[in-house]
Amino acid sequence: MPRVAFLLIAALAVASALGLVLRRNPIHGALFLVVNLGCIAALYLMLGAEFLAAAQVIVYAGAIMVLFVFAIMVLIPGKEETGPDPRRGWRLLAAPLGAALLVELAVILLAGQAATAPAAAPAPAGGVAAIGRLLFTDYLLPFELTSVLLLAAMVGVLLLARRRA
Amino acid sequence: MVPDTWYLALSAVLFTIGVCGVVLRRNPLVIFMSIELALNAANLALVAFGQRAGNAEGQALVFFVMAVAAAEVAVGLAIIVAIFRVRERLSVDDLSLMRW
Repeated sequence: MPRVAFLLIAALAVASALGLVLRRNPIHGALFLVVNLGCIAALYLMLGAEFLAAAQVIVYAGAIMVLFVFAIMVLIPGKEETGPDPRRGWRLLAAPLGAALLVELAVILLAGQAATAPAAAPAPAGGVAAIGRLLFTDYLLPFELTSVLLLAAMVGVLLLARRRA
Repeated sequence: MVPDTWYLALSAVLFTIGVCGVVLRRNPLVIFMSIELALNAANLALVAFGQRAGNAEGQALVFFVMAVAAAEVAVGLAIIVAIFRVRERLSVDDLSLMRW
């Protein structure tokens, strides 16, 4: 079962990566990259790296891709969305898809309630606690350096973005 | 369980696609996104190796890569926007000089 899930996610990841490289429109590329980053987050979950999966969704799929889409929209203005939708039939599929997702979530919730609360499993080697301990002991100096790096990047971006008179 | 080699193979494929994107495309934004793709493929390999080793070191490394990538994207996009203000056209073929 995990192998089937891996193959499905891997196929989606490769397809979205190819979409990024082959599609002409950069906005399509950016959206394909979001799909790809989501697939990688799912693979992190399969590997048992929950913290990284959450960070991947928040930092990459959230912050970084918003920045990309923002830059693309500023630099490459596209046509405005007006007139009749040429793919209306496809978009109507959103309703059944959303309903299926809702049913799925409800089933999972009900199944979780039916099952008895599992005993607290011992934390795996790559758990959040282990990463936190590592970051604040062995990797304390690099950790502090990243904050300096982010500050420097912020100042640099402000300098670059300032309009020269 | 999924064997580690599968993760490494997927990582290699994604990295190759990212490198192809860097070589094939001319739009600096798409090239930049391809670099992110390759970076993520490397991260996946790091996590796979880290889980095989059975400690959190690989994940800590990926955490740092993510922080550096965030800084890199911010600065890179600012540079692209700054170049675009002067050039009005987005193609890396026009940017072969390190000045504008």
